[in-house]
Amino acid sequence: VSGATASTRLSRRVTELPPSGIRRFFDLITTLEGVISLGVGEPDFTTPWHIREAAIHSLERGYTMYTSNLGLPDLRRAIARHLAGRYGVEYDPDAEILVTVGVSEGLDLALRAVLDPGDEVLIPEPSYVSYGPCALLAGGTPVYVPASRESDFEVSVDEIARRITPRSRAILIGYPNNPTGAVMPRAELERLARLAAERDLLVISDEIYDRLVYGVEHTCFPALGGARERTVLLGGFSKSYAMTGWRIGYLAAPADLIAGMVKIHQYAALCAPIMSQKAAIEALTRGEADVEAMVGEYDERRRVLVHGLNALGLDTFEPRGAFYAFPSIRSTGLSSEQFAERLLLEQRVAVVPGSAFGPSGEGHVRCCYATSMAGIVEALDRIGRFVASL
Amino acid sequence: MSERADRPLDDVDRRILHVLERDAQTEPRQIGIMLDLEPADVSARIANAEAVGAIVRRKVVVNWERAGEPFVLALIEVKVTPQRETGFDAIAERIYRFPEARSVYLVSGTYDLAVHVLGRTMQDVAMFVAEKLAPLDGVQSTVTHFMLRRYKEDGDILVGHETAERLAVTP
Repeated sequence: VSGATASTRLSRRVTELPPSGIRRFFDLITTLEGVISLGVGEPDFTTPWHIREAAIHSLERGYTMYTSNLGLPDLRRAIARHLAGRYGVEYDPDAEILVTVGVSEGLDLALRAVLDPGDEVLIPEPSYVSYGPCALLAGGTPVYVPASRESDFEVSVDEIARRITPRSRAILIGYPNNPTGAVMPRAELERLARLAAERDLLVISDEIYDRLVYGVEHTCFPALGGARERTVLLGGFSKSYAMTGWRIGYLAAPADLIAGMVKIHQYAALCAPIMSQKAAIEALTRGEADVEAMVGEYDERRRVLVHGLNALGLDTFEPRGAFYAFPSIRSTGLSSEQFAERLLLEQRVAVVPGSAFGPSGEGHVRCCYATSMAGIVEALDRIGRFVASL
Repeated sequence: MSERADRPLDDVDRRILHVLERDAQTEPRQIGIMLDLEPADVSARIANAEAVGAIVRRKVVVNWERAGEPFVLALIEVKVTPQRETGFDAIAERIYRFPEARSVYLVSGTYDLAVHVLGRTMQDVAMFVAEKLAPLDGVQSTVTHFMLRRYKEDGDILVGHETAERLAVTP
């Protein structure tokens, strides 16, 4: 099949979709041996055994069937209790919570449910690689709002306001942030909530990293005054409970929005896998000690990585959430792609170029500290040798 | 090292001990970065923990089967007659002084002392029980359970491997 024929088989929308900046790196790494990876976006912990055991038990009892489109009632109730208890925000488990195939599906549903062709979505960048492409696939237009090192990668509410047009429909935020580790101060999020209300915009808040914060409190966006009625909350289990492969997450939003999202979900996915839903119930009801233990370890590794990068002359602000450090590599004179590629080939350390997460990520690389302390220490040694060789 | 060698431990000390329990080789400088403490403070706290006996000693966990030096481990249930004044402590001491007794616990239930005995062969263990342990004054009876397989010991799984590997780069 020639390139031309191949491309004509695909829709224009897919053909025009930019490829993921991470994919190329992944292909390169698979050809190399002895790589220490700081390039991942998932915990290095295996799902706690009691959660795995609960899923195995559910399989043994024969839970292998479809569930309600919304998800198991017990799980929706557990999610509602969790959000009410932790953040003081109330959702009706019968109409305002939808269990999804990871936050990835939740994001797709949220955008497809609210965007008409040409509607604009304001997206701070650098941000998670799916945000813009999912908006495009939903027929929308991403409007990026740059955040920079000068503000520790907190987006400016004024910069968002400046980009609002009559076509603006929603603001899509993700804090704690992947790739920067940035956390927005509560007061700024309150300003954002007021802005959204004034300009009648929806807010889609991806809070998959809500439990991974260090020395600060997570602000749950819909818990802010007046925000709940215009917010779609994306939550999940992948990061807090080390459950990435289970593909299980949820949406919480006012009933009219959930009704629209369920419409898509019932045709596109039907329901999230029942064994993952059973595991999620176990995680929410008996997993708190696991979360605290993992957060404690991430915090120690975070300090070692950030301290080490700064000691090597790679300026790194202190990330307060997620499990990423986002050092500036400007002092090396390399672009973030050059830095990542040469570091991989010359010292066998995988990091992700910041440019993969948006133009404002250029000059930085994403280093994940969800890897063993020994791995972090060895990676820092190798990065040090690489930087010294330049 | 520490100016007050018998200072009771606080939460910071305990966090240091958790780090060392995971990896006893972690340097004070590294612990300082991990916990946001001065290395000198970490060293002083470790010295204090050693002085008060909170750190007993530092050891390596060896899987002797894999190291090619097999041994035999047995759990001995011991029923004893407690003594006036000393209760179970005196008889427990008579037992735990033997180097063959690797662990000694006072337990609730149908017997009193749970004793883990280590030997090179089953004969070694049997002879120790028959000649040293059972004849002790105050020991009423013993039941010997030879351990057939060590799956997990003190938190470390000793059999098999988890083979699942993460992808090297993910979003």
